[in-house]
Amino acid sequence: MKHELRLSGTGGQGLITAGIILAEAALLDGKLAIQSQSYGPEARGGSSKAEVIISDETIHFGKVTCPDTLLVMSQEAANKYTNDLGPNSIVITDSLFVQNVPGFTGKIYALPITHSAKEELGKSLFANIIALGAIVKLTGVVSDASIIEAVLAKVPKGTEEANKKALEIGMSLIK
Amino acid sequence: MSKILLLQGNQAVVEGAIAAGVKFFGGYPITPSTEIAEQLAERLPEVGGKFMQMEDEIAGIGAIVGAALTGKKVMTATSGPGFSLKQEFIGMACSSEIPMVIVDVQRVGPSTGQPTSPSQGEIMQARWGTHGDHWLIALTPASVPECFDLTLRAYALSEKYRVPVILLMDEVIGHMREKIELPDTYADIPQAERKQPTVPPEKFLPYSVDESLVPAMPAFGSGYRWHVTGLVHDETGFPKGTPEATLAAQNRLRAKIENNVDDIVQVENYKMEDAEFAVIAFGGAARTAYESVDMARKEGLKVGLVRPITIWPFAEKQVKELAEKVNGILVHELNCGQYVLEVERVVAGKVPVHLYGKYDNEAATPQELLDEIKKAMANK
Repeated sequence: MKHELRLSGTGGQGLITAGIILAEAALLDGKLAIQSQSYGPEARGGSSKAEVIISDETIHFGKVTCPDTLLVMSQEAANKYTNDLGPNSIVITDSLFVQNVPGFTGKIYALPITHSAKEELGKSLFANIIALGAIVKLTGVVSDASIIEAVLAKVPKGTEEANKKALEIGMSLIK
Repeated sequence: MSKILLLQGNQAVVEGAIAAGVKFFGGYPITPSTEIAEQLAERLPEVGGKFMQMEDEIAGIGAIVGAALTGKKVMTATSGPGFSLKQEFIGMACSSEIPMVIVDVQRVGPSTGQPTSPSQGEIMQARWGTHGDHWLIALTPASVPECFDLTLRAYALSEKYRVPVILLMDEVIGHMREKIELPDTYADIPQAERKQPTVPPEKFLPYSVDESLVPAMPAFGSGYRWHVTGLVHDETGFPKGTPEATLAAQNRLRAKIENNVDDIVQVENYKMEDAEFAVIAFGGAARTAYESVDMARKEGLKVGLVRPITIWPFAEKQVKELAEKVNGILVHELNCGQYVLEVERVVAGKVPVHLYGKYDNEAATPQELLDEIKKAMANK
């Protein structure tokens, strides 16, 4: 089984970090993973995407060509990174920023990702971890235990509980 | 014991450098190579090494020339604009035979180009960037584990032949993260040794050689004194302007590499056993090619991949043999066609050589390359 994921939005939203965490969780599950990214020369802002491919077998080509799962956290990313979606692609949007996904007729999970981060954790910077919770709950692409371990290994000391909570919030957004 | 990590190609180069025994880095950070400088700044002090950010790329390689003369293994890392600036010192290192590794993580050029996008536009610059006839080695990894392995190999070759080695990476491999298994300690990793003089200091001739054609290189401060110059020099190390001295110096620099191509040149063959058509690709472009070959095989097409790991010296023998075996070759590289020129030279019309050059900021997808393979096969 091979699963291709793209996490897209604006530079500074933590999407590359989220991609790295997801790939590390896949390794913890004993699978193979490749993570790559594309961003502009800007330090902040500008469109940004992180891609992760998770598979049981050798992965040669490291870029996503037909995303099984797409996370969209800005309208600009929704316009720019969605032209290779298939009819069965799972699309998750941050309802605070994304109005529509042009040309996509499949199911869209419009979730209050950044809204929940601000409301329940007081900071929008937890949005990436909330999104990870939602992705894992929806796709099962990595195990719950591995995503928790990978998140805790990555985040700054002292923020473990808040990040664990962020994962739970993300999972609870998927009913 | 070992550990499994998710690392970028650039990070694997850093670990390879530490494992190889590098003790000095001089450089100036530039995308997409910055992680190498950033992480060596942290790692080198941990192993008793020094990291020095210089005022620019020229000073960066100048600093490692000096550090290498003190007996240390040294590195600098850069991308296209910085690689251009470093060329003068690469020539000096060829002439005065100073071991060093220069990492070039290629991005789109010319000039500042596209800092965050992949390219393989420095294939010819890696060979001919500095002026004058000269001989050096360039290696190109195609995976994160191979970044570690080839960094070690770069030091082994650089010390053995006293020659600068260019680790010619690209943004695809430099920034990609994938699984790598690293030993918990590097204590058991064999360290490349620099040949030392067998005569006392007063009898030492710095550029006299045995049959290996590689002179011994004592460290500055060890009691052996010698003169280092980019001017043509004889075995005393001092400039000599005669035609005989010039010829002898150039012939030796050439022969110490060309006599050893079997030791230096590595090529990987993928699904080539029964292949009737070959793709040649390296570095990040090879990642596309493996998958395109798999797709072609599923359609019953007998296609294989030849992946040069050593870019320079050119894999002349291997490509010549390839031309005897297959009925067509497609070179895929992330530029307008550089490596293909050497392939054409060596194949010399024996079989058709096609080019799929990609130079639009993005690596080719496996499907795009497969379409080009089919087109090329139809044209023979």
